[in-house]
Amino acid sequence: MTTTLLNADKIRLDGRKLDELRPVKIDVGVIKNADGSALIEFGKNKIIAAVYGPKEVHPRHLTKPDRAIVKCRYHMTPFSTDTRKNPSFSRREIEISKVIRQALEPAIILEDYPRSSIEVYMEVLQSDGGSRCAALSAASVALADAGINMRDLVAGCAAGKIGGEIVLDIDDTEDKEGEADMPTAIMPSLGLVTLFQLDGKLSESEFQKTFEFAIKGCMKVYQIQREALMNKYFGQSEPMQESTE
Amino acid sequence: MSAVRKAVVVGTLRKSQMKEQLEKGKRLDGRDLLQQRKLSIETGVIEKASGSARVRLGDTEIVAGAKVEMGRPFPDTPDQGLLIVTAEVLPIASAYAEPGPPNEEAIELARVSDRGIRESEMLDFSKLVIKKGEHVYSVFVDVAVLNDDGGLFDAASYAIVSALSTAKRPNATLAEDGSLTVLDETSDLEVKTLPVATTFAKIDGKIVFDPNTEEQSMMDARLTLVTDSEGKFVAGQKGGSGVFTFEEIRELARTSAERGIEIRKAIRDTIENGSQKT
Repeated sequence: MTTTLLNADKIRLDGRKLDELRPVKIDVGVIKNADGSALIEFGKNKIIAAVYGPKEVHPRHLTKPDRAIVKCRYHMTPFSTDTRKNPSFSRREIEISKVIRQALEPAIILEDYPRSSIEVYMEVLQSDGGSRCAALSAASVALADAGINMRDLVAGCAAGKIGGEIVLDIDDTEDKEGEADMPTAIMPSLGLVTLFQLDGKLSESEFQKTFEFAIKGCMKVYQIQREALMNKYFGQSEPMQESTE
Repeated sequence: MSAVRKAVVVGTLRKSQMKEQLEKGKRLDGRDLLQQRKLSIETGVIEKASGSARVRLGDTEIVAGAKVEMGRPFPDTPDQGLLIVTAEVLPIASAYAEPGPPNEEAIELARVSDRGIRESEMLDFSKLVIKKGEHVYSVFVDVAVLNDDGGLFDAASYAIVSALSTAKRPNATLAEDGSLTVLDETSDLEVKTLPVATTFAKIDGKIVFDPNTEEQSMMDARLTLVTDSEGKFVAGQKGGSGVFTFEEIRELARTSAERGIEIRKAIRDTIENGSQKT
């Protein structure tokens, strides 16, 4: 713990303010073969999400007669990290794939696609902290791009604590050296939480404040997701109305 | 009827009964919404382990064993001891558990348990070093689920905390030439705080504490929060394919901190007296 994450003016290492998001950019439809896809650049994160489906279920015994199943894979390429990542699927990737699947499922109207599977693949080309939230946000846009019926988009963003202060959108260094990380994802229009994780140490009041920051971050990501979809399908973006939260 | 068998025949009937009960503020097993099942903890159940504990939470039964051995540090943390947590739902634990490598549920259980220990700084890893960059203590915590009736995150956390709190580490001496001799005598592992997990399930819009398998099969979503002895939040995990409102998360944080106090007391009593039933 030698790095000073905040200077005297409470400015972070990369020049951001406490409640400032890294630059986020989303491109829709970047993989030709996929039914839907999106590339998200979230700070130095570069992640592609691609959706295939609805399609037949393999293996067939997983079929649900009344709805679709969702398969999710969050995977990091070996060159995405500081030291080479072993290409085999890690326990971390298994856990993240699971929480992302359970964050997307509430948004998809699964009953509209009985006996089918919807496959969501997220490939982290470069990681920079907060990659699960970025991957999930891209995946949600890719699902919309694939024309899958959805109740809402899912927008993800982490908040946390560094140098004693609650901050929005933890990057790689802040994650490693900081005190807490709270990855969160919400369905912004419905005001519902679909992903929530925490590691680190927070008092109850800090917990509440960090959660509030995370929701604000998700709303900012939502606006960018919306603009990205508007740009692709209407060639323009509409200003978003003030959120309910 | 076994717990799993019950879960299988839940069906629409059981679910509508549950809804009826929830409306009255009760659950199918007679508990209040925020009532925990009977908890009993026993420590020192495996003599060959450095520390161990058996936890029964209702019909869920878990044994956690800690082994403290000599190891080599990771290159990026030469001055820190190691922690490795694994969890297995043994094939004896339920009709649905299968032999073989851990599935995603077991991996999630191990990783959330790991976060509770690590982030609470329960163990001072900087003190588990004999020679920087060369010799450190490796703390292995292995969780075995013997009977699965839900609430695995919670039961595992109580078992782990009880096992580590009563664990011993071997003493070792370092010779001039750098060779390490492990002695027969041991010291206490020393824990600084007791991180305990509390899991809540949302069923039909109602929040219940400590869901069993049957309730888990009906739930929309669950939330696990882990608090340490100071009441600070050290880990959290949402599960299930449902959702929580913002206010539910805020409220559950308050409830979790409260429930943690009672559970820690039961664990503390066990550590001091050997076994405890509540």
